[in-house]
Amino acid sequence: MMSATTCPTDRSPAASGSPPDPLNEEAAGQPAAFMDPMTDTQSIPSDPVKVPAPGPLAILRARFPMGSRIGERMLLGICLLFASSILIFAGIEVLPGNFAETYLGQAATPQAIANLSAEFGLDKPLVTRYFDWLFNILHGDFGHSWASGQSVSTQIADRLGNSLLLAGAAAIIAVPLSVGLGLIAVLYRDRLVDRLINLISLAAVSLPEFFVAYLLILVFVVQHSVAAFPATVYDSMGLMEKLQTIILPVATLVLVVIAHMMRMTRAAIINVMASAYMETAELKGIGAMRAIVKHAAPNALAPIINVVALNLAYLIVGVVVVEVVFVYPGMGQYMVDAVTVRDLPVVQGCGLVFAGIYILLNMTADILSILVNPRLRHPR
Amino acid sequence: MNLRSVSVTAWIGIAGIAIAVIAAALAPWLAPYGENQVVGSPWEAASQAFPLGLDNLGRDLLSRMIYGARMTLFVAFSATVLSFSLGVVLSFVAAVMRGYVDMGLSRLNDLMMSIPTLIFALIVLAALPQNLAVLIGVMAVLDSTRVFRLGRALAGDIAVMDFVEAARLRGEKTLWIVFREILPNAMTPLVAEFGLRLAFAVLFISTLSFLGLGIQPPTADWGGMVKDNKDGIIFGISAALVPGAAIAALTISINLVVDWLLKRTSSLKGGRGG
Repeated sequence: MMSATTCPTDRSPAASGSPPDPLNEEAAGQPAAFMDPMTDTQSIPSDPVKVPAPGPLAILRARFPMGSRIGERMLLGICLLFASSILIFAGIEVLPGNFAETYLGQAATPQAIANLSAEFGLDKPLVTRYFDWLFNILHGDFGHSWASGQSVSTQIADRLGNSLLLAGAAAIIAVPLSVGLGLIAVLYRDRLVDRLINLISLAAVSLPEFFVAYLLILVFVVQHSVAAFPATVYDSMGLMEKLQTIILPVATLVLVVIAHMMRMTRAAIINVMASAYMETAELKGIGAMRAIVKHAAPNALAPIINVVALNLAYLIVGVVVVEVVFVYPGMGQYMVDAVTVRDLPVVQGCGLVFAGIYILLNMTADILSILVNPRLRHPR
Repeated sequence: MNLRSVSVTAWIGIAGIAIAVIAAALAPWLAPYGENQVVGSPWEAASQAFPLGLDNLGRDLLSRMIYGARMTLFVAFSATVLSFSLGVVLSFVAAVMRGYVDMGLSRLNDLMMSIPTLIFALIVLAALPQNLAVLIGVMAVLDSTRVFRLGRALAGDIAVMDFVEAARLRGEKTLWIVFREILPNAMTPLVAEFGLRLAFAVLFISTLSFLGLGIQPPTADWGGMVKDNKDGIIFGISAALVPGAAIAALTISINLVVDWLLKRTSSLKGGRGG
């Protein structure tokens, strides 16, 4: 009885091979409109599976629905990573402008340009340089900064830890808080609490990071001097000392990301609650609690995981502005500084690391949501 | 749609947007001083003559705010219009043509979206010359990936409807189907999305300017003004918070209107929940 009602929508139109049902597509496309600017996910495009010609791949999919999907997703992640490395490299190289010329500025005599091009290896063909670059990166060498001559790898190694500390601390606080708030909003749906949370979070997603950051600085550093500014950390500091120093940047990140995560959690849960099987459960007469635990929770897990991962990915980018505000020695500040002086090896290296983390997080989210999807747990 | 159906919060939003637009449109007449006119000493406190005080170089903050509204709104609006035209047309064409065109465009879009927008913008701006057209272009292209994603989903639904099939059998061309059959039916969600993208564009250009990579001084824009005045914060001078608050107020206003539009859309569609 239970198992029969758990998955009434088990045979979804796409799986049974009928043409994409507009109503079903509608449901899939709709949340996109509700999502906020930063919902930059790259979940698997739901390929409209045509009538399955039972090839070996289709059989494999039917036998191991979970394993094959995870394999596909990992393959896609690797392809994306590779393609984005091309995009990052070519994106910079193909664009107009001679770097040697820009770099030399006033002193750009033809001889000097030729020398500099040779020094940086800019005279070699594009494809050769790309593969050299990729080969070196795979061996942990991001090249040397044009501006300072320092090794980009050492800098990134130092700063990546700092950035991850910042983002990690923010995530540990923000994730439970926002998922909890989202649940409360659903529980008191359309009542005063929900409306208040909705209105406040709507305002909060509209605040630029730097505004929140300077507001916090004004209140907690200038007026009450209870926190440190600038939040510069050094390697010699212990973990506790570091955490104490980064209270304000972490608070900024939490405030910025929490409203987002909460709104998306709320939307995801409401989406599940509105589905046909929840109506069935209700009509069948089982209690609200039981319906939520038995039917809603397993299905809501995947969207919530996605929400969390999306916002973690957003945190990775959010650190850029926050680091600049708080003069925090992380990846973001490094990259922004490099962009201002057009220090391309640094920009490319940082860009690739950021993109890699982002792709990895999205991939993890997709794999996790495949893992918790009850419909994929048993072969057809 | 009648005026009474507009909610209170939406009215607040409309009022906020209207103030910004009026300030932008009438800047030379509204601003008491010139955009770059030095009228006193740096960070002079607010007074009768200077309601918001002076900035880091002794320019009137209120006048710069008004001129800044012009720049911020202009860049955000033109980038959004461009990104929308690009995203909507490409996504609809992809949905109508199907096959390889759809595959190619959709995969390219996935690839572009696999790099975070701000990071992508930083990479591209590191290589391109710094001017307004490049800035708007970069913002538009990066943002159009998000529009493409929504547009493709919307058009995918509509392209399989009978009336599109009928148009196809009539022998209509692709562009006719895109503009005459699909676009009118996708209008409401697209309008809401336009608002969202506009709010995002305001935040984005402000962030870029704040990082020193957007609109270059001495032209006034809200993000750049935060950057100019940020050093005053430690001395308790809140000049940097004024443009910051303006950015926040404008995006909140846009989001309030969008929120109402979305609610209205979902109630029009009916259905359980929403």
